[in-house]
Amino acid sequence: MIVKPYGDTRDDGVMQFSFTLPIPYSVKAPDVGKQFLEQLGFTEVSIAEAKGIDPQFTFYVAYGSAPQGIDPDQVKGDYLEVEEMDYYAVNRFIKERLGRKLSVVGAAIETDAHTVGIDAILNMKGFAGNYGLERYPEMEVLNMGSQIPCEQLLKTALERHADAILVSQIVTQKNIHVQNLTKLIELCEAEGVRDKFILVVGGPRINNAFAKELGYDAGFGPHTSPLSVASYLAQEVVRRRESKA
Amino acid sequence: MEHKISLNEAMVARAREAAKSIADDVWQHIEAHTTDSVERASLRLLGITGVNDIDVPLVNVVVEQARPLLPSGVMRPFVDLMMRSGTDAQQTAEALARGDLTLAPVPPERYAAVEARAAELAAEGVARIDAVRARRAELIAQTSEPARPYVYVIVATGNIKEDVVQAQAAVRAGADVIAVIRTTAQSLLDYVPYGITTEGFGGTYATQENFRLMRAGLDEVGAEVGRYIRLCNYASGLCMPEIAAMGALERLDMMLNDSMYGIIFRNINMKRTFVDQYLSRLLNARAGIIINTGEDNYLTTADAFTQAHTVVSSDFINEEFALRANLEPWQIGLGHAFEMNPATPDQVVYQIADALLIRELFPDYPLKYMPPTKYMTGDIFQGHVIDAMFNFTGIFTGQDIMLLGMLTEALHTPLLQDRYLSIRNAKYVFEANRHLLGEVNFRPGGLIETRANEVLEKAVAQLSTCSTSGSSKPSPTASSPTSNASRRVAAAAKGSSSRRLTTSTPSTTPYARGAPADHRRRRSASPSKSSSRPRDNRPRPPRVRGGRHDRQAVW
Repeated sequence: MIVKPYGDTRDDGVMQFSFTLPIPYSVKAPDVGKQFLEQLGFTEVSIAEAKGIDPQFTFYVAYGSAPQGIDPDQVKGDYLEVEEMDYYAVNRFIKERLGRKLSVVGAAIETDAHTVGIDAILNMKGFAGNYGLERYPEMEVLNMGSQIPCEQLLKTALERHADAILVSQIVTQKNIHVQNLTKLIELCEAEGVRDKFILVVGGPRINNAFAKELGYDAGFGPHTSPLSVASYLAQEVVRRRESKA
Repeated sequence: MEHKISLNEAMVARAREAAKSIADDVWQHIEAHTTDSVERASLRLLGITGVNDIDVPLVNVVVEQARPLLPSGVMRPFVDLMMRSGTDAQQTAEALARGDLTLAPVPPERYAAVEARAAELAAEGVARIDAVRARRAELIAQTSEPARPYVYVIVATGNIKEDVVQAQAAVRAGADVIAVIRTTAQSLLDYVPYGITTEGFGGTYATQENFRLMRAGLDEVGAEVGRYIRLCNYASGLCMPEIAAMGALERLDMMLNDSMYGIIFRNINMKRTFVDQYLSRLLNARAGIIINTGEDNYLTTADAFTQAHTVVSSDFINEEFALRANLEPWQIGLGHAFEMNPATPDQVVYQIADALLIRELFPDYPLKYMPPTKYMTGDIFQGHVIDAMFNFTGIFTGQDIMLLGMLTEALHTPLLQDRYLSIRNAKYVFEANRHLLGEVNFRPGGLIETRANEVLEKAVAQLSTCSTSGSSKPSPTASSPTSNASRRVAAAAKGSSSRRLTTSTPSTTPYARGAPADHRRRRSASPSKSSSRPRDNRPRPPRVRGGRHDRQAVW
């Protein structure tokens, strides 16, 4: 079934916009904004505000009606659905089904100096009352911190026979994260060790489909709890081991 | 400022005493050591600039060549070489880089002449800084001093030319202070990049050329709007003193310049940081720059409700180190922020209590209030409202520098329009509430006064613990003959992540200064030393409000 944005009536298609055009404000400026939205296909465009915020820039707030709708059933993608267990269940699951500790190495790689993401997932105190992976008795966790070159991360993971490598990327300006993340994958492949690890990436601008596209096994976006990462890792490591056996 | 809440004065005195004792512990270490960056900053003040044929800054090249001589500083052998070769500082550095000249220890018979020449050069360096400071005063007189609180916004495009466009737009919308965010991880580079930046990640490199370009852009728009627009950057990380030197020469007006940030948040060698922060602050003091400290960072990883006292503790320590580096009260922009979970009932009441506490504790300082970040989400509309509450808390509690929150904080570096909307938000809230605080008395023993005293009490407990058993016990200094090598090992064991990114200087460890006994005169050839202000290293009593440095008088 096709749906359209809901303003105050079903299928009225109303959307709100705010944007800036690099033009000086003039009496013509509102029309420039209006015609811009019309050329994008929106109908019943109304410019609520057009204001010169600088001699070179005009800021717009506008409304328009969407020219088309969307069928949610036709949207297919790569979504990671983790069956979330509780802290004790994860530990029990690893102990019973894996029979050894699950080894994890994590880092913010290359230029990224931000440890906030990897720390939220790994540090013992965790995040929002949710323990980090270091707290799990059945996990062996090394948090390498920030600005870890891919080479160093991979070497460490190999030395520790890690089951999983967790990579955090916070900075995404000019797509630097794509560059960094691709480097790690290429390195793993060049060394012929890609299959040894579950490669997971997390960050505020990461999602599962994006991670898959880059060659990772899973991607976690904002609001991820350590528990969902722990649940995923436990289930995935066990699944792989049992499918091999 | 009239007292708004009643604080336990005995606790305030104990906090300052403990901060003093903590600073005393590291003072001996600071006094006895120099670092690579301190030496390079001294060379920069002689006017040395530029890079060699593989882009290594000349000051790095010189310090690298002087490595065996470093314990007594690079300045004497360098000045000796200038005198012997009859060239100026820049030419001497260039000749050293080409390999045409080499540095050597100063023989005793030339020592007095070298000292005298070095003192002259130092005085010239200081005169350059003074001239820049005088120029600022002149421009403020020609335009005007913006009203408090200053509206402080950030630009961070990675391209300095684009930064200037955005900064000018922000100023026209009402910004008073522009901070240019540095490229990700510049804090861990052991050199200052050279030249213009047109592509940076997460920000724009702090380089002298970028400073100059932004300065020109702000002067231009400042003249247009009739306000003096302040430029802010980061004298932090491994090159803290060098960036302070560059800022002093290029007329920056504010510097993020925390005494401990590098240690706590960038894993930089603490021995080095304590030495570096001292020279950088001496330079900022001389240059008339307002420093900003980074206490807001503490609560990005810890809970603001339970850990607010860590901010207070750190402010006391930063104050103590700032006073020891000649900074005057009007230059000490202590930072703070207490972003509580928006789900906490009465969070704004507690945020007001905490902000008011800092205001009462440091009445003469231009306090910097930081915006919400941790609980900002993709819901930019709700974010805009939370920002407004922070703006309200800021004006209501009499803060001086307001770093504005952006509605898109959780999403991306601010769009041009985000900055415009945030400035409009702040201007509206500031003007709408400008005289509210003067009309209000807080209930004695009420939520606000009680909370403020509780936080203070916890800060005192924390400071007392640190001062008796903390991480700052005296380290081996020149008085105990530990070799530089062993010190380096100790620092490496401490895990200085900085070493990974160094280009030309492998060690981040401070050098014990003045190893040759007959040359043991503290940094006497360094330009920074010849500050005309007496360098008084004894612990000082807290400044009294209403004195010579009263805000009214200074501003």
